[in-house]
Amino acid sequence: MSGDGVGLGLGKDLVGLEGLERKQILGILDTAEPFKEISERHIKKVPVLRGQTIVNLFFEPSTRTRISFEFAEKRLSADTVNISSTGSSVQKGETLVDTARNLEAMRINMVVVRHRSSGAARFLADRIPSNVINAGDGQHEHPTQALLDLLTIRDRFGAIEGRRVCIVGDILHSRVARSNIWGLLTCGAEVAVCGPRTLIPAGIEELGVRVIQRIDEAIEWCDVLYVLRLQLERMKGGYVASLREYNRVFGVTSERLAHAGDDLIVLHPGPMNRGVEIDSDVADGERSVILPQVTNGVAVRMAVLYLLAGGQPELAETAKGGGE
Amino acid sequence: MSRPVLLVGGRVVDPSQSLDEPRDVLIVEGRIESVERDIAGPPDAERIDVSGLVVAPGLIDVHVHLREPGGEHKETIRSGALAAAAGGFTTVWAMPNTDPPLDDPAAVGFVRQEARAWARRGEGGARVSPVGAASRGLAGERLTEIGGLVEAGAVAVTDDGYPIADPALMRRLLEYTQTFDIPVLQHAEDRALSAGGVMNEGAVATALGLRGIPNVSEAAVVARDAYLAELTGGHVHIQHVSTREAVEIIARARDRGARVTAEATPHHITLTEDAVRGYRTDAKMNPPLRTEEDRLAVRQAVVDGIIEMIATDHAPHHYEEKEREFDDAPFGIVGLETALGVCMRELVASGALSLAGLIDRMSCAPARAMGIDAGSLRAGTPADIVVFDPDARWTVEPERFLSRSSNTPFAGMELVGRVRRTMVGGDTRFVTD
Repeated sequence: MSGDGVGLGLGKDLVGLEGLERKQILGILDTAEPFKEISERHIKKVPVLRGQTIVNLFFEPSTRTRISFEFAEKRLSADTVNISSTGSSVQKGETLVDTARNLEAMRINMVVVRHRSSGAARFLADRIPSNVINAGDGQHEHPTQALLDLLTIRDRFGAIEGRRVCIVGDILHSRVARSNIWGLLTCGAEVAVCGPRTLIPAGIEELGVRVIQRIDEAIEWCDVLYVLRLQLERMKGGYVASLREYNRVFGVTSERLAHAGDDLIVLHPGPMNRGVEIDSDVADGERSVILPQVTNGVAVRMAVLYLLAGGQPELAETAKGGGE
Repeated sequence: MSRPVLLVGGRVVDPSQSLDEPRDVLIVEGRIESVERDIAGPPDAERIDVSGLVVAPGLIDVHVHLREPGGEHKETIRSGALAAAAGGFTTVWAMPNTDPPLDDPAAVGFVRQEARAWARRGEGGARVSPVGAASRGLAGERLTEIGGLVEAGAVAVTDDGYPIADPALMRRLLEYTQTFDIPVLQHAEDRALSAGGVMNEGAVATALGLRGIPNVSEAAVVARDAYLAELTGGHVHIQHVSTREAVEIIARARDRGARVTAEATPHHITLTEDAVRGYRTDAKMNPPLRTEEDRLAVRQAVVDGIIEMIATDHAPHHYEEKEREFDDAPFGIVGLETALGVCMRELVASGALSLAGLIDRMSCAPARAMGIDAGSLRAGTPADIVVFDPDARWTVEPERFLSRSSNTPFAGMELVGRVRRTMVGGDTRFVTD
């Protein structure tokens, strides 16, 4: 029973947040609320997706996202299979379209896919009838990450609308940044990006965000400082001279945060490079909501799985009841 | 030899003689005998009624990839020549980035012989002129034996597919080719600036999470090569101009007297980067589709004659090669069978250019700029002729292409102007109702 997210009109797949409406995004967050509680129970399981088969198709290494999805699936009682690129037929040269067809031939219900190429999730979604959830495609989107970020911001401030969010770091290569930009703008936040100009993509302003050159200005401006991971391979690409240089110019330190508003919170999608983009006393400090992000990740993914399987948002509260 | 042919009742459009009038065309022994009103013709002539149709010099495309040898699953010399004829082309220039590349006289000779052999067997299409590699192995380091390539039939040299990066090599090419009076065709791209790019740089690429190719990667090389042409007196031909900056540089260089010629593709004057949305690999080519501002600048340059010719950069790829992740799909689209219809729609039906103007850009101008004995219906020239219905509207169905490949962003689009007959040396190579 592959659903199509009828309740919110999400369609068959969740490929990105670009193009979603505010009521759809908030609807997913609302659906996540009751699911938060399941993870706090002694027996963390409800039968919502019993009999559903979900394939976690990870062409790129991932720990956090894969585990978060897997917990979400298992807590909804789905049957799951994990496929990673190493040791799979992908390494033997199978094309993405053949991989998709073979999965489909095994009569699955959903695919959670991560892939190094932008557009890969859309490609898959257009070619198989199963629900496809994008767990990160190249530099394009990572919608469930942004949804958990939105949920975390909403938890703290009560609403997303009107908040000022600055995303700091490697915007050029970041799918997390893109999904957050779409999600935040759609929900009525103001969005800025800050980072070395070498890592700010061309035309970013046309997406509706402002560019702030200096981290101190960004900190003064925003309520939410979203710190991105600096991929170490960016040194090789010549985008950044060294980790030390990056930390000196763009590192988020407690000294810099001394000038921040009292309410400012710090998010990070993980895994962190402590002492590079973020200092430990910030990551572990009072402003940090980095661990609540991780907790919210499971609830948001449960909500997405539930909705795409055909669940009604207003019935989520009831649906979770059956477990105990 | 062959019977005389009389094309009766057509509208002859031949900008090489400033002609756009109802005329009959008599072909004898494969050459134009006369273009006059009401030709009686010899009694044994084959009379072909072309009333309501345009009769023009056959189209010339100085930029096609026929893939043979080495890429026969994409296209062959035979299928490419037939596709060209179906598109109204009577001469095409085959690029040397085959496998092996056309970097020695034997390889160049093979392409020419192969096309001629099919024609002798009655299965020929357009004339195929090989373009030789500019550097050995297209590696951009050492010159090929250009004299030998020319003897074997090469009409130009290029490393197309790979830009000629080394400015000293480019200088030597522009100097040495003057002995043979052939152009150096340049795919103008600074690969260091476009590194890893798969589409135009800008907001669309940023939204799609795809790496961008900036305009300057083209403009910088065009500027360099324009100055080298001026310095050396050599003839550089800029392939597939895609940016407004390159247009400005070409116009300035021309004013300064440099031998710089240029081509634009039907797709760059018609489509923009928006065609890539949805990760459509049939809109992936290099140079990439640019912004609306660039499109309009290139289109206007074609209208103004700054870019004097249309060329397709016909780049066939097998379906499976395009049916994959955008990053991994090869660059390029087919163009031979849609070029006339796309340009008729975009330039002529829109009123931007006269029909004669388009025939100039697609036939007379390339002949003039490249020194090809074609692009005219003057008495005595080889009877390379296209006959087409300028008003016919048709929808692009790639599965009906004669090309072996169907990778086109124009699928499903309604075009204007349909080829009815293509003649090469008086011999009909393509005909349809």
